[in-house]
Amino acid sequence: MTKKGYFGEFGGAFLPEILVATFEELEREFTAIKSDTEFWNLYQSLMSNYSCRPTPLTYAENLTQHLGGARIFIKREDLNHTGAHKLNNVMGQGLMVKRMGKGRVIAETGAGQHGVATATMAAKFGFKCTIYMGETDVIRQRPNVFWMNRLGAEVVPVTDGTRILKDAINEAFRDWVSNMDDTHYVLGTACGPHPFPEMVTFFQSIIGKEARKQVLDQTGKLPDRIFACVGGGSNAMGIFSGFLEDPVELIGVEAGGKGLSTHHHASRLCSDDASLGVAQGYKTFFLQNDEGQMNETHSIAAGLDYVGVSPVLSHLRECKRVRFSAATDEEVIEVMKLTMQKEGIIPALESAHAFVQAFKEAPQMSQDQIIIINQSGRGDKDIFTIADAFQDPDWNQFIINKAEQYHA
Amino acid sequence: MLKQYIAEKLKQKDILLMTHIVLGYPNMEASIQLIDIMVEAGVDLMELQIPFSEPIADGPIILKANQKALENNVTVKECLEKAAEMTVKHSIPFLYMSYFNILYKYGLQAFIEKMSADNIQGAIVPDLPPEEGTDYIQWMKENKRAPIFIYSPNTSNERMRVLSSHGDGFIYCVARKGVTGKKTQFSSEIDDYLKRCRNTTSLPLALGFGVKEKSDIDFLKGKADIAVVGSETIKIMNEKGFNAVADFISNLSA
Ligand SMILES: Cc1ncc(COP(=O)(O)O)c(C=O)c1O
Repeated sequence: MTKKGYFGEFGGAFLPEILVATFEELEREFTAIKSDTEFWNLYQSLMSNYSCRPTPLTYAENLTQHLGGARIFIKREDLNHTGAHKLNNVMGQGLMVKRMGKGRVIAETGAGQHGVATATMAAKFGFKCTIYMGETDVIRQRPNVFWMNRLGAEVVPVTDGTRILKDAINEAFRDWVSNMDDTHYVLGTACGPHPFPEMVTFFQSIIGKEARKQVLDQTGKLPDRIFACVGGGSNAMGIFSGFLEDPVELIGVEAGGKGLSTHHHASRLCSDDASLGVAQGYKTFFLQNDEGQMNETHSIAAGLDYVGVSPVLSHLRECKRVRFSAATDEEVIEVMKLTMQKEGIIPALESAHAFVQAFKEAPQMSQDQIIIINQSGRGDKDIFTIADAFQDPDWNQFIINKAEQYHA
Repeated sequence: MLKQYIAEKLKQKDILLMTHIVLGYPNMEASIQLIDIMVEAGVDLMELQIPFSEPIADGPIILKANQKALENNVTVKECLEKAAEMTVKHSIPFLYMSYFNILYKYGLQAFIEKMSADNIQGAIVPDLPPEEGTDYIQWMKENKRAPIFIYSPNTSNERMRVLSSHGDGFIYCVARKGVTGKKTQFSSEIDDYLKRCRNTTSLPLALGFGVKEKSDIDFLKGKADIAVVGSETIKIMNEKGFNAVADFISNLSA
């Protein structure tokens, strides 16, 4: 009897018996494709034809001048199809679903990005699709629900628990234990039972592979630091994995919410509120109480609002390979304003967390140093949330008028 | 020991009845009262679920019961205290059912030693396969507690044997795919499945998930050793109250 999928003491596969056979199948499939260069070539060509890969690495000249320190480069996952890095993982798993001969996919979603990406993949590959989404997230990310429906997916609002991402994951597992024969669960981040953390990282590593080549082409050297936001950890692992063997400092930025001292946050790796635990099929740091019940989390960014974190990142923190910090809701809004005004780029609320920490450190660095920020997604699709955060009176009036039209 | 108790009981009845309740639901006092009622009505063993915020293998009824218990601020500590009182008060064996994080955060060894001190005979931890449970199995055995493992219809014969080699007390056979609380068709498929289970273990077999009525239990006679009724009693309590639960259990265990 061997334990599988451990990164240091983190990870594993804490599975109900009913899913053991399904995970064995998935692991076999993943083992087969991960060393198969033909599969990777197929994946890469799909991502360059159907989506915009390689996504650009943009030199942010104005921000660099404004902050007056390190040269800032932005990896543009916002230009990936469906507007975030999520599609990388989803298309990869979609190709696996085809190989496994299944006809239905299910997924959880927080921000709605992963749900939209999964619904998109299902439409393209002709799979049936059900998306589980916490009721709170359905409300705050309504436009994404609209798109999932239009793309042909059924969206099930989850009314149990705290009604956010973790509850959607539980519900997706409950579907899977009934329907595993024909259904694959497209887990959206580098969490959950083995092989998901490794498999999601594998598909997202396309970000890091591209970024490494691009930064060398453009500057002739490796970056000094790389910043990525951390929800479950997939975009961070995606870019970090291209540089793990290099002398490059890696920084993960978590949701600081209303401030770490308020306990209204979602920081598992840089706050004292988290401890080691086992839930949702894997062992990692969770925001939980002394008796092991999960706490409520808070972030302005639905995609970062999660109690657990990738076991791979927990491990990389323990070995001090990745450093972690947190950005508050308020800092995120300020940084979004600056980025839009200086560069004409609209980061997703999630991604803006990485910008916050990068902007704190860049001015302290020298002008011949280089940093890369992973812009995991675009913010314009979150117009309702962002407009609320900006408290834009003209927008509010527009919504009021619009509502009146519907009443009429 | 649990295994001996089951063997002794089976000399008197064709099939035993195990029920499942969630400690602290609808509140602690009522859940304790429910135990009294069930024991009085003739159940042979009971599973006491310690509530967890992420009960991934449970269906809507038990899931809501877990949530409600936690909303009532029921603590693990309190659950263990009450369970200890129950083993003094009643002579049937009690088992814990919970998810691994509850044991892990308590301190696995401390939890098992507490089980031993409180005379809780075994535990069902649905998200702890033996691969992840080496310490658990060892400490359960050292403390003479029964680690109860689960078979499912898609568990291979080979794996059933592995699970059996680590288990004690009995094997919990899940009747079908899915979560607790949905309907199960009691048909020849269950027959074949139980035969397959029987061939892989010398431990008694419990069958659960979807057992709702007397005819289900009659169907299982001679095929399984223990029938497990979970969501249905919770549903009856929710809809019709305690007296209805007493009648329901008396009828099942008759
Ligand atoms: C744009 C964007 N960035 C980041 C995340 C966080 O996820 P992860 O940490 O897996 O990259 C999400 C999740 O929904 C997202 O939509």
